[in-house]
Amino acid sequence: MTSVLTFVEHDGGTPEKVSLEALTFARALSERMSLPLYALVIGADGAVASDALGAYGVAEVHVATDDRLDPYAPRAWAASAATLMDAGAPAVVVGPGSERGAEVMAHLAARAGLPLAANCTHVEPGDPFVVTRQRWGGSLLEVAELEAPVALLTVAPHAVQPEPATGPGAASCREFRPTLDEADLIVRVAGRLEPERGAVSLSEARVVVGGGRGVGSADGFAELEELAELLGGTVGVSRVVTSLGWRPHTDQVGQTGTRIAPDLYVACGISGAIQHMVGAKGAKHLLAINTDREAPIMAKAEWAVVGDLHAVVSAVNAEIRRVRGS
Amino acid sequence: MNVLVCVKRVPATGGRILLTEDQREIDTRYLGFTVSPHEECAAEEAVRLVTEHGGSSVVLTLGPPEAEEQLRDAMAIGIDRGILLESGGREWDPVATAAAIVDAIRADEAASGRFDLLLFGNEAADSGDYQVGARVAHVLGLPCVTGIKGLEVRDGRATVRREAPGGGWEVFELPLPALVAVKEGINLPRFPSVPGRLKARKKEVARVRPEWRDGGLRLQRLALPREQEGSVEILGEGPAAAPAVVAVLQRLGLV
Repeated sequence: MTSVLTFVEHDGGTPEKVSLEALTFARALSERMSLPLYALVIGADGAVASDALGAYGVAEVHVATDDRLDPYAPRAWAASAATLMDAGAPAVVVGPGSERGAEVMAHLAARAGLPLAANCTHVEPGDPFVVTRQRWGGSLLEVAELEAPVALLTVAPHAVQPEPATGPGAASCREFRPTLDEADLIVRVAGRLEPERGAVSLSEARVVVGGGRGVGSADGFAELEELAELLGGTVGVSRVVTSLGWRPHTDQVGQTGTRIAPDLYVACGISGAIQHMVGAKGAKHLLAINTDREAPIMAKAEWAVVGDLHAVVSAVNAEIRRVRGS
Repeated sequence: MNVLVCVKRVPATGGRILLTEDQREIDTRYLGFTVSPHEECAAEEAVRLVTEHGGSSVVLTLGPPEAEEQLRDAMAIGIDRGILLESGGREWDPVATAAAIVDAIRADEAASGRFDLLLFGNEAADSGDYQVGARVAHVLGLPCVTGIKGLEVRDGRATVRREAPGGGWEVFELPLPALVAVKEGINLPRFPSVPGRLKARKKEVARVRPEWRDGGLRLQRLALPREQEGSVEILGEGPAAAPAVVAVLQRLGLV
């Protein structure tokens, strides 16, 4: 029967958070359309996810089982969704806006010859559907018509909070074998490399001390490093800093870098370009240090110091030491 | 090896986005233009591959006539020639964009031989559709990996890597010809040199006017997300502000 079908990523049967967000989004849509909510999980261990998915309002969990689906193979995973689409004719297929979610949904859209609206934050069912989706990493929204026999969309990460359904629910679980051909199996994960061991990870740091063009040089980061260390945080930078080769790309905060969510972001010599700010919008508090009182970052900050960042940060470092008595 | 790289001209938006009166576009009257960051890296990667393995490189874009500027930028760092698909002032959705690119690739391959590798950015900075590469790969029957931050080519195969969920890297191997969509961080793009810019002026740019089609995703209008712009508290000027800053840090429990 027709449905709202959601592709759910899981780790050994535990659904990923971004997938639960997508599921929450899809459940609201299924209620408005008076359609049941179905989930697609890949791999036999996905069956373990049934209870968790039932709690999110899923009526049927469809488990794609085939040894060739592990490790991750983007086209084969999309073929699993296509097999289910052919069998069940869903009205909507929803995916998480994660890296794999975006990739699998793109392959699904390509093979089905259907449009795909990426990173949606809102959708009005109808003919056509009207979607609101993110542009510029979320700095801008687009309202668009989506006209298709099956509406395909991904949900922007963190656009909705994951929320279980109000009523108790139990999902029935059905295994199926996807139709896979040779071309679906050419690209698959062939190996893994361990993460480089480093200091505090930027995406998880409690404090990020950011530096922009105003830092002036690669050597200019010494005071920022020191402040980050004093506060148990790490250094992040704007795109211009990585483009100039002052710092590695792994330090970049922004649309094409890392999204941070610290308690405090200290932005030093950063003007506040939108591409940078979308990466920093998860920060709870923002303190800006800038020579230009009119810089865009000043309007977005909670606190600001006007002045040369080197002089200010050195003085702050000294003051922290003095207060701590070290 | 022969490499094609696809890029997109996008406005350099700065600190604030302003919309046109009809709210269908960004007001670009006072803005410069650039190439999407991921694609800037894709162009750099194309130049490196041809430098290492020989062959030639082509840069393609779908955009207004002014997008020739972005093609020249790519040619200034070493891409050999350009193809400009003129968008005729319309909004092209990902289905229409991919179809136009596929037609252009087929026409170019018929005339100049097969590409070994097609390089795309993972997603355009402005529209962020995350799908044009996969669509092109599907129609051309090419293996495809998106989101890559590492690429090596050897013996007719590409080894690529991308960040794995939960940390570390996952590695894919794919036979050429293939398509990859790259992310910023795969390399550090060089800046064009003055001689590079002079050379780029003489390089060939083919202009094609593909036919627009309705791909099913139709932009109606743009909107700025609601932002809570609080009132900033100026803690002071210069080093004299240090005690006020530390007081804030203490309130946050950091000192």
